[in-house]
Amino acid sequence: MHGIASPVLTIAVILFALLASSAALIWAERRLLALWQDRYGPNRVGPLGILQSVADMIKILTKDDWVPPFADRAVFVLAPAIIVITVLTAFAVIPFAPGFAVADLDIGVIFFLAMSSLSIYSVVLAGWASNSKYALLGGLRGAAQMLSYEIFMGLSIMGVVLLAGSFNLGDIVEAQRDMWFFIPQLPGLLIFFLAGLAETHRLPFDLPEAENELVAGYHTEYAGMKFGMFFVGEYLGIMLVASMITTLFLGGWLGPVLPAAAWFILKTGLVVAVFILLRAALPRPRFDQLMGFGWKAMLPLALINLLATGAVLLAVTDAPLSTGIHDAGPR
Amino acid sequence: MDGLFYIASAIALVSTFRAVTGSNAVHSLLYLTVSFLASAAVFYSLGAHYIAALEAIIYAGAIMVLFLFVVMMASYGPGRETEEKRVTRPGTWAGPAALAAILLFELVFVLTDRGLVPEEGRALGPKAVGIALFGPYLIGVELASVLLLVGLLGAYHIGRK
Repeated sequence: MHGIASPVLTIAVILFALLASSAALIWAERRLLALWQDRYGPNRVGPLGILQSVADMIKILTKDDWVPPFADRAVFVLAPAIIVITVLTAFAVIPFAPGFAVADLDIGVIFFLAMSSLSIYSVVLAGWASNSKYALLGGLRGAAQMLSYEIFMGLSIMGVVLLAGSFNLGDIVEAQRDMWFFIPQLPGLLIFFLAGLAETHRLPFDLPEAENELVAGYHTEYAGMKFGMFFVGEYLGIMLVASMITTLFLGGWLGPVLPAAAWFILKTGLVVAVFILLRAALPRPRFDQLMGFGWKAMLPLALINLLATGAVLLAVTDAPLSTGIHDAGPR
Repeated sequence: MDGLFYIASAIALVSTFRAVTGSNAVHSLLYLTVSFLASAAVFYSLGAHYIAALEAIIYAGAIMVLFLFVVMMASYGPGRETEEKRVTRPGTWAGPAALAAILLFELVFVLTDRGLVPEEGRALGPKAVGIALFGPYLIGVELASVLLLVGLLGAYHIGRK
């Protein structure tokens, strides 16, 4: 565990696992959707169609890598890279097992929020750089939606931070030894889940790319591997939100018998399956309904949850919170 | 950490310069975003981890996205760059540049005065920042929240119809 080799190895293992599982997730989603909608789904390439992702990958990589002549070239190329980079960077703070995280930051939760707020640029810039109406509309919707939902995404997990007393994700998992936080923080979990759905713009909240009104929204003009980056970025985003839910609310790697990493993967996979089930089950709301729901229902609920958690904590902890103020004053 | 500090500072300087001199509004905004991220890295290298994250969330992640949101709608379509070049003649930026040069001179003067710069920073966690904010600086927090509330009410009033 010493020297430079160990962190580099950790990064390599995590990167490989993430990219491989996002490819597998594309296949898993299509099979699960088919199962819930009484269809077959992809079942031709390889056993159970599991090589379908490989076939898709070959197709997408051999496609003409085309940039429309009317697009802003530099920004057009930059936009799909941003979402993959920000999501992969956010994975750096996720503790997959005790001590197995790229960065053990004391501000892990906030780092995740920062990276997810930067991923907005991908959608907005793609919409602007494409220089076409549908893409611009998709980009505008994306900006409004993600900016609004990001606010109470942050607020909804502050309850967990209050209970654990730390922003460090490893500490938060350790604090759940007695009780997983989804029991005291059920409203927080639901709000965070919905916000995560909107942040990754997954159905039913995929208004930025609603195909029946905006063609394909912000990635209308994208083809080949650049479109593939948005696609992979979306699936990585789902896994990121699922990992955060596992870490913050479902006890992370904690669990009996099985090794720590196995528990983490199991729980994350379960949350991802719920994401896919929602896509199979729910229709899309109108955009104004989405925004109204965010600001008028979710934001007050997140605030009430935070206030209630703080009040209960104040009532049950006997140590007065005023200690420590004097020794941390201005120097 | 010294290397990180200097690299991030250099990036901040270059990207801010490009943000000011660029004629494409969206490209300038992107450079400004990079500049904010670089300042976040500077804060991190000085041990202010919490402030670094807030810089990334609030400035780079929220305020600049709003800027981009507005500029995107305003500078849409061809012909905007030539218009921008026409507006930014030397006459328009000579005055502000002279005033900024004086400020730069003052800044250099302050920085060379060794007594004003803390020699050794220490890492400050989010807890310490929170305790300081809600302890000795409580009045400032309350005033800022009142200001934000007024802004919120104003925005609500304007957008009522």
